[in-house]
Amino acid sequence: MNVAMQAQADPMDIRPFRIEKIRKELADSFTMELVPEGGGSFSFKPGQFNMLYTFGAGEVPISISGDPSDSSKIVHTIRRVGAVTQAIGNLSEGMAVGIRGPFGKPWPVEEAFGSDLVILAGGLGLAPLRPAIYMALANRHRFGKVVLLYGSRSPSEILFPKELEKWRGRFDTKVRVTVDRAEPGWGGHVGVVTKLVKGAGFDPMHTTAFVCGPEIMMRYGIQALEQAGIDRSGIYVSMERNMKCGIGLCGHCQWGAPFVCKDGPVFRFDEVADAFTVREL
Amino acid sequence: MVQVDNLGRILEEHPFAEGLDQALKDVMIGCAANERFEAGQFLFREGGDAKKFYLIRSGVVAVEVHAPGRPPLMVETVGDGGVLGWSWLVPPHKWAFDARAQTLVRALSFDATCLTRKMESDPALGYQVMKRFVPVMAHRLHAARMQMFDLYGPAKKG
Repeated sequence: MNVAMQAQADPMDIRPFRIEKIRKELADSFTMELVPEGGGSFSFKPGQFNMLYTFGAGEVPISISGDPSDSSKIVHTIRRVGAVTQAIGNLSEGMAVGIRGPFGKPWPVEEAFGSDLVILAGGLGLAPLRPAIYMALANRHRFGKVVLLYGSRSPSEILFPKELEKWRGRFDTKVRVTVDRAEPGWGGHVGVVTKLVKGAGFDPMHTTAFVCGPEIMMRYGIQALEQAGIDRSGIYVSMERNMKCGIGLCGHCQWGAPFVCKDGPVFRFDEVADAFTVREL
Repeated sequence: MVQVDNLGRILEEHPFAEGLDQALKDVMIGCAANERFEAGQFLFREGGDAKKFYLIRSGVVAVEVHAPGRPPLMVETVGDGGVLGWSWLVPPHKWAFDARAQTLVRALSFDATCLTRKMESDPALGYQVMKRFVPVMAHRLHAARMQMFDLYGPAKKG
């Protein structure tokens, strides 16, 4: 049976997946490829997340970073920042993790067909956007310009560098990368990611933008996109909050009226703009 | 004359000149020179007298900080259409960073002493130049603050 179908039938049911491959990405981050124990497939939409469970540590929400057209495996890119992600990071290939999902509203890739597409990512925020990039490039002829703007702390902390190079090598996609600081030998941009927006060459009147990264980076990124002329109704953001149940029951991730797990994590910016700058939320 | 005409055309093509009256452009051109820097060459060094500023026509300039015992740190790059250097406006008129050509760089440079004298005697020119430099300074300050935030760091544990 399709695992995603099962998850919809009982969203609290944890299903075991086997770790098929682990790849180190950065000093504190790694990517896992997971396959369902006992076979089956897994479908998801770009921007959705799973709850990953490991015995004795607990559950954590992690965005899916793989190709949505490949239902044979789930790919997650994870940063070791807390007890659960540390515990997951200590697992080896062949071991199992529990998964509930997929959950949440996806990036509206299909709704963006016919417009220019700007993808603005910072740090590990490229991971939740990668499925949208795969889908956009698989449907490249349906978009006008496709622009990927990515910022990182330093050259050694650039996520998915080989794929960024591959995408930049395409003749139909503009990829611009910047770092906050660099040592000699780095031939790219140095400066904040917002600097890349100017001159990126999209038509602001007919552009959809997807933004993902730490919240402070998104705030400034959105300002730059708006200054470039993109209406806030054309900007989508992926939010991160303390999600526990993943299905809008527990209220841990409530962000004003919406629940990030159920009504997000992808929101149209004009619908959440007021909450974005409220400190207490 | 041909040289001045060429400089005028070059200035015309740079975003800095957008909206600038022809008469003011002509005044500025009197203080301008066309320069070229090979990759690796320094446009200026920290602590040096800030006697110029540059409008980058093409290429990339790395703004660097150096410290003994470690490689220099690039804190910003300025590329095509960018404005480099505002220390000439602010006493003590010393460069605060190194600027090194990362690629072949072509730039229009302006003699600060010459331009400052003209700005003092022509407030309209002074206002137009300041109007173009204040946003550059504001953007640099904003960018420096954003870099201090560590924009890409993890937000929380999980």
